[in-house]
Amino acid sequence: MNDLIIIAENLTKTFGDFTAVNNISFAVKTGEIFAFLGPNGAGKTTTIKMLTTLLSPTSGFVEVDGHSSVKQQDEVRHSFGIVFQDPSLDDELTAFENMEFHGVLYSVPKDLRQKRIKEMFDLVDLWDRRDELVKNYSGGMKRRLEIARGLLHHPKILFLDEPTLGLDPQTRNHIWSYLKELNKNEKLTIFFTTHYMGEVEKTANTVAIIDQGKIIVAASPEKIIADNGVATLEEAFLKLTGNVIRDESVSGVDRLRSHRKMWRR
Amino acid sequence: MSLLVALTAYAAIAKCGGAKYMNAIYILWLRQLKRYSRSRARIIGSLGQPLLFFIAFGFGFGPIYSKAGAGNYLEFLGPGVITMAIVFTAMFAGIEVIWDRQFGFLKETLVAPVSRFNIMLGRTIGGATVAVIQGGVVFVLALIIGFRPTNLAYLPFAFIFMFLIATFYTAFGTAIASRLQDMQAFPLIMNFLVMPMVFLSSALFPLAGLPKAIEIISRANPLTYGVDGLRWALDGQSFFSPLIDFSVLSVFTLIVLAIGSYLFSKIEI
Ligand SMILES: Nc1ncnc2c1ncn2[C@@H]1O[C@H](COP(=O)(O)OP(=O)(O)OP(=O)(O)O)[C@@H](O)[C@H]1O
Ligand SMILES: [Mg+2]
Repeated sequence: MNDLIIIAENLTKTFGDFTAVNNISFAVKTGEIFAFLGPNGAGKTTTIKMLTTLLSPTSGFVEVDGHSSVKQQDEVRHSFGIVFQDPSLDDELTAFENMEFHGVLYSVPKDLRQKRIKEMFDLVDLWDRRDELVKNYSGGMKRRLEIARGLLHHPKILFLDEPTLGLDPQTRNHIWSYLKELNKNEKLTIFFTTHYMGEVEKTANTVAIIDQGKIIVAASPEKIIADNGVATLEEAFLKLTGNVIRDESVSGVDRLRSHRKMWRR
Repeated sequence: MSLLVALTAYAAIAKCGGAKYMNAIYILWLRQLKRYSRSRARIIGSLGQPLLFFIAFGFGFGPIYSKAGAGNYLEFLGPGVITMAIVFTAMFAGIEVIWDRQFGFLKETLVAPVSRFNIMLGRTIGGATVAVIQGGVVFVLALIIGFRPTNLAYLPFAFIFMFLIATFYTAFGTAIASRLQDMQAFPLIMNFLVMPMVFLSSALFPLAGLPKAIEIISRANPLTYGVDGLRWALDGQSFFSPLIDFSVLSVFTLIVLAIGSYLFSKIEI
């Protein structure tokens, strides 16, 4: 039991009459790098929100680090760090203040905090611009800061929701080698989503592919590639989830519905 | 005082888990202050309304008021306008939860290993501090216009009432904002909830001699006790006894803090 750090069983989330996550089950082993893949709107972010106590499941069971994400939220929140897909910085504070805020909130002791803040700023190459207000940052710089902040404290589990979105290849490589190092040295479990299949092949121990709220496969990347008789993970992904672009596959009524959803949000 | 006692007691309890909870509350408080001090336009802009009230009501109604034998109207109005400034700033600070939700920053605090109650408390104390500072600025404005407190030794009491009003409305705004997805309902809340509370609180005209029905509503209005207490501290005259003002407002504040932190803890994103 102890070597499974995340367990989801029959997890479902509905928004009104729309089912975003449909009765999924999976488990993540302690210390592994777990890639959660799927086309746009498949339900990846929704699943992460349920794991990280931001959203309560409509039904099903979720356990993170031995605690229920529904009933023992405070315990669960002590176990993980997260980099969100959507922005989550305070624009009116400087980059440094955002880091400091995070460090204090996660009770990183002062000396260690100062050291780590510097390290993380160096990792994403923003140390020289630490005192600028975040609202003056470019999109990519904001993204880098989000990652630096997410890595400031070292939790047991790191959730990364499309962490490298919009980053240049140099930064992406840089961050991934740091993450792999962390994973190796500190036995940190990484749960991440991405649309870059190359990233997954290079890093993930296990891949789960979700489509329209349902998990269609969960195995090692090598096995998925072999089972589908293809050469790369990207080909396997396309074979499993179909070649159609999601938006074009929905009917007019569905499209209207998703428009309405956009407006409501 | 009871709020301060409650806070100190709370600090003592939090000690069990070390000083880290206090640190979290402190950093949330600091954030509110930084954001406030950086928005000069907001500080100056929010002085417009009190100034307008001083001029329109003070100089407009003043002569009628003294002709009716009720004394110096500016003296009566001063605490009322200071209260209004606090109420609006505090509501705005509470409702900032919606902005934080829309800009995404709220998520960062909601997944942190800090109880939602402490997050809410830090935000509220921060918002209340900002509102009290704003009240202080309007107090200075009132002094410039000609308002004179009767006894400077009572200023600490004025401060306590200002802080209670500020805490009440920040928690009130937070409670409401916890249930809202966007700002669309905000004008509705200001016009149909907050403005009536201000007008039925004796902030602008005295309670004595009101029709029975309105007087009953006024007595159920927490702000009535805030204004009355502040008027006692600044003008030396009040409708209720200051102890009643203080007790009733404290109880209301604790209730709204409890409701607010419950609703805040239920936020989903
Ligand atoms: N709060 C909400 N209200 C209504 N529908 C929602 C809400 N949140 C998500 N959805 C819907 O649930 C579905 C899954 O969304 P989710 O964000 O989990 O997708 P995703 O797999 O993360 O996609 P992407 O790769 O684009 O990030 C989408 O159709 C989305 O519109
Ligand atoms: Mg997503």
